[in-house]
Amino acid sequence: MKKAIEDLPLQKFISMHPYILGYFAPLVKQFLSKTITLGEWIRSLTDDDFEEVGMDRGQTVNYLQFLIRYFEERGKRTSVKTITVIGGTNKFGEPENVVFHVSAGEIICIVGPTGSGKSQLLADIECIADGDTPTGRKVLLNGQAADTTLRFSTENKLVAQISQNMNFVIDMTVWEFLTMHAQSRMVAQPSETVENMMVCANDLVGEKFSPDMPVTRLSGGQSRALMIADTALLSDSPVILIDEIENAGVDRQKALSLLMKEEKIVFMSTHDPLLAFLGSRRLVIQNGGIAKIIEASAKERDNLSRLQNMDVFMMQLRTRLRRGDSIDEKLYFSL
Amino acid sequence: MKLITIAGPPSAGKTSVILRAAEHLSAKNRKIGILKFDALATADHLLYQKAGLPVQYGLSGGLCPDHYFISNIETGFLWGVQQQFDYLISESAGLCNRCSPYITGFLAISVVDSLSGAHTPKKTGPMLKFADIVVITKSDIVSQAEREVFAFHVRLANPIAMILFVNGITGQGAFGLSKCIEQAPESIAISGETMRFTMPSSLCTYCTGETSIGEQFCRGNLRKMRIAE
Ligand SMILES: Nc1nc2c(ncn2[C@@H]2O[C@H](COP(=O)(O)OP(=O)(O)O)[C@@H](O)[C@H]2O)c(=O)[nH]1
Ligand SMILES: [Mg+2]
Ligand SMILES: [Zn+2]
Repeated sequence: MKKAIEDLPLQKFISMHPYILGYFAPLVKQFLSKTITLGEWIRSLTDDDFEEVGMDRGQTVNYLQFLIRYFEERGKRTSVKTITVIGGTNKFGEPENVVFHVSAGEIICIVGPTGSGKSQLLADIECIADGDTPTGRKVLLNGQAADTTLRFSTENKLVAQISQNMNFVIDMTVWEFLTMHAQSRMVAQPSETVENMMVCANDLVGEKFSPDMPVTRLSGGQSRALMIADTALLSDSPVILIDEIENAGVDRQKALSLLMKEEKIVFMSTHDPLLAFLGSRRLVIQNGGIAKIIEASAKERDNLSRLQNMDVFMMQLRTRLRRGDSIDEKLYFSL
Repeated sequence: MKLITIAGPPSAGKTSVILRAAEHLSAKNRKIGILKFDALATADHLLYQKAGLPVQYGLSGGLCPDHYFISNIETGFLWGVQQQFDYLISESAGLCNRCSPYITGFLAISVVDSLSGAHTPKKTGPMLKFADIVVITKSDIVSQAEREVFAFHVRLANPIAMILFVNGITGQGAFGLSKCIEQAPESIAISGETMRFTMPSSLCTYCTGETSIGEQFCRGNLRKMRIAE
């Protein structure tokens, strides 16, 4: 195996593993001829060339093999069909007495006052708690406890987060950024995936944006839409934690159905009735513990459709405002 | 005692991350001591003291901080042994991209800031490339996708490190880091151990106090930049 990659022509090696150029970046000024093999190229560099950029010649081939294997492994999606949460204790040490299962494609809402322990619940799910967090909760995947590498390693993350913070600091256009993200995920056809993400994101947002917009110039709503599309279509994390989707400029219902369609398990902390009724269940958090679990009833579902009408009504007004219309007729709305 | 060397650019979040991880270690009744190395000034020892962690600090002044680090680490280590710490954590500010304080056989942690840009990892030298664990901070400020892109570039710069996201303010992720610190190798002495990577070669006239500019003042180990045509 070691022999094999060293004998590959440099050009071929790079076209097989384009991301590898990132590893060589510090040495790149030394890419003289691409007709030589990888091994010949490495041998053509001096020890000083490596030392200069803080790299270790002896490890280069090992590291390359490691990276190739590593990224191959990453390409495989982890499949999580169910999550089980086994209750621990609240902040008074009283037992929660709950066990619940969540299946792929389901949305669970988390409600409760600020400081009640919603974030701790999300954190317990994120680190796949094993009785070792302050609440003593246990989280099982497909009915089993997760192993340590899965729990703490950043890149095997089972959980993706959509938080309030959707800022970008990177100096790139939307297209460049999504392409880079798709490449880092080893997507075979990045341009196709990026195209899809653009369509989805623009479908969620009131104000459309083009692929050559710098990411740092996107509005709050556009960034959120982009990140929701990205999470749905590119993230290989089967579980998504959402910390409230702000109303501004994003079609939240469409966003959630996109995530459900992709068979994600969604935990969403929200106080928005429209979103809360979309979930199959609500966890009520009080004093750091899960105080009760409310199943969405038929009556609540009935209320959902009324709220949806109200949402459409508001959205239409927003569109008119954006267009520059005056809204001086007397507004009527009835549930 | 377990010695853990932590390095990273100024303001990357080293002190915050150490404090958050130490909270988990202290909760298990472990004794933790801190060694802080900096160049001109530091106020970090006050933060450590406030958190109840014994701390010693040293300023390198006119010397390269990493040269200063390596010539003082044994003294620090002996202090730690004498104080019977379970963990001795050294924090040093990486001021150039060429130095690193890591020692073979001791857990080496690099702290990098996700706001520093996707191209920073490949420009960072041994401080990132020779670490066992790379902690990425401030990812609360950027979107999930940008976090992932940043981690990808860290992975390319250091193929074998474990990469962890830790929020230095809320402590999210610090529990995982504390678990890794618990796995650090145990050691009884440091004398005779070796650094993971050489220090930059030095000793030109400017190292020894020269301040004048001009060909006739440059002597010793020099390198000239080439101006492209
Ligand atoms: N938003 C955010 N700020 C952080 C995080 N970690 C550290 N900081 C802040 O960054 C600044 C520098 O942190 P500090 O720990 O002193 O960095 P050091 O110089 O590397 O020791 C402080 O103001 C911290 O509060 C983080 O994960 N998120
Ligand atoms: Mg500090
Ligand atoms: Zn230096």
